[in-house]
Amino acid sequence: MRVEVAGENALILYFSDEVSEASSAYIYAMTQALEALIGKGVIDLVPSYASLLIIFDHNVYDYYSLKQYISKAKAVIDQTRIASGNSTDSIEAPTITLPVYYGTEAGPDLEELARNAQLTTEEVIAIHQAGLYQVYAIGFAPGFAFLGQVDERIAAPRKSTPRKAVPKGAVAIADRQTAVYPSVSPGGWNLIGLCPVPMFDAEKTPSMPLATGNKVKFEAISKAEFIAMGGEL
Amino acid sequence: MIVNNPGVLALIQDAGRLGQHRIGLTVGGPMDPFAFRWANRLCGNDDNASVIEVSIGGFVAEFTQQAHIAITGAEVDVKLNGQAVEQWQTLSVSEGDVLKLGFAHAGCRIYIAVQGGVQVPSQFGSCSTVVREKIGGVDGGSLVKGQVLSISPFEQRSKFIMPIENRPAYLSNGQPAAKSMSPLRVVQGYQSDSFSRADKALFFSGEYTVSERMDRMGYRLTGHECRSTITNMLSEGICHGAIQLPPDGQPIVLLNDRQTIGGYPKIGSVMARDTARLAQMTQGNTVFFESVTIEEAHAINLLAEYKESQIALVDLD
Repeated sequence: MRVEVAGENALILYFSDEVSEASSAYIYAMTQALEALIGKGVIDLVPSYASLLIIFDHNVYDYYSLKQYISKAKAVIDQTRIASGNSTDSIEAPTITLPVYYGTEAGPDLEELARNAQLTTEEVIAIHQAGLYQVYAIGFAPGFAFLGQVDERIAAPRKSTPRKAVPKGAVAIADRQTAVYPSVSPGGWNLIGLCPVPMFDAEKTPSMPLATGNKVKFEAISKAEFIAMGGEL
Repeated sequence: MIVNNPGVLALIQDAGRLGQHRIGLTVGGPMDPFAFRWANRLCGNDDNASVIEVSIGGFVAEFTQQAHIAITGAEVDVKLNGQAVEQWQTLSVSEGDVLKLGFAHAGCRIYIAVQGGVQVPSQFGSCSTVVREKIGGVDGGSLVKGQVLSISPFEQRSKFIMPIENRPAYLSNGQPAAKSMSPLRVVQGYQSDSFSRADKALFFSGEYTVSERMDRMGYRLTGHECRSTITNMLSEGICHGAIQLPPDGQPIVLLNDRQTIGGYPKIGSVMARDTARLAQMTQGNTVFFESVTIEEAHAINLLAEYKESQIALVDLD
């Protein structure tokens, strides 16, 4: 882990140079540990693919005291790991299952994606469902979670012409990432289905079912189930 | 009060939405926190009360009740029922009074505070409007003509004025465009090691001009092109004031409505008290950067906060 200055009241921790499940689990643990240790003087924690940005209140911490707390948090995580068999597998992250109505009606890009991948649409759906995905980052728009890694067989580049309005709940693939659009927005990802569970609801607490570091599974549902769960076509 | 004309851009802002980056929400809040804070203090409000931030100007509103108000920030002609009134002081308005702002002749962001704050519901702990996210303010949008804003019942209190020596000096918007005489102080960090020594030397010695791409998300500047050796990086958290250098080598200083994560290399971040000055600049103004350490930044902030705590408003009664 490398600690760098980011700004007058921000430090950034780098855990690796590339995306990996191990570093993502470590970032999740670090976010939790820092919250418990120094929650009050921290303005925000921003976990991402391989880093964690810490924005702090300069009336509570300075650079040195914060660095000490970071070392402490790291020590706590490392000790837990050693005690439980020296593996990041021991860092528990919740798994959330999201229902998806797959198919050409809900996913207008499913057929083209399958054709380009030389697979049937059923195979694409099966492969997408088989994956256990990690929430690598949340950003771009409120509630937008970047999930990875998508099986290489169904990885697909962004569309050359982005759509002006991707529907709310659209389940999509871009390269080796997948996501559920939290609201209607422009987007270039390949749409393969619809999820009836809202990804972002400003009126609800918590407003998001996912957090960075969580694991996600997708489960196919029928059109009738989709409608029954409040989904709209 | 009724908005007769929102002008160029009028947004309801409180101190900002903090601690919500993890669900992808940005901070929002006032582009010039000093002017924001003192507009509220002149009305006897909490430092977090909701005000109207007007960019450039053109805002017109009619009051539907008696109230104390204050207008701070960019220098602008302010008229109450056609009579010129002063900024940086408490003003009394009555039912039917019409407040009219001209267009800023120095600076860019004007703050209108009303006693008790503009009453709008809080979302995620803040009333700040972020139009891109459709969050805060009135239905997540900028103010529009005909909108009715509710304000608190009137309470009689003393009126105050900010001593002239404590008011910020904003750069003139006239021609030729003004140059900033004090630097934007930068704490180097993030990917600063990925810029060559020559590029960094030129970055910290050259002048940069505010381009037409300047908004609440960020200010794009033009000047010496400065490129990182990193061409592909993972998106990471972006703090306030971060200076992003995309492949064209022209810096973008990321401000209140920035996206919370991004994947362009950054040389460091401008101190918030200097982004407040930058946010008051308009196209054509020139700025320069100075490197400070994180320890120096800390000392600068503590001293400035102490000095601000010594400002005493003068009682007009």
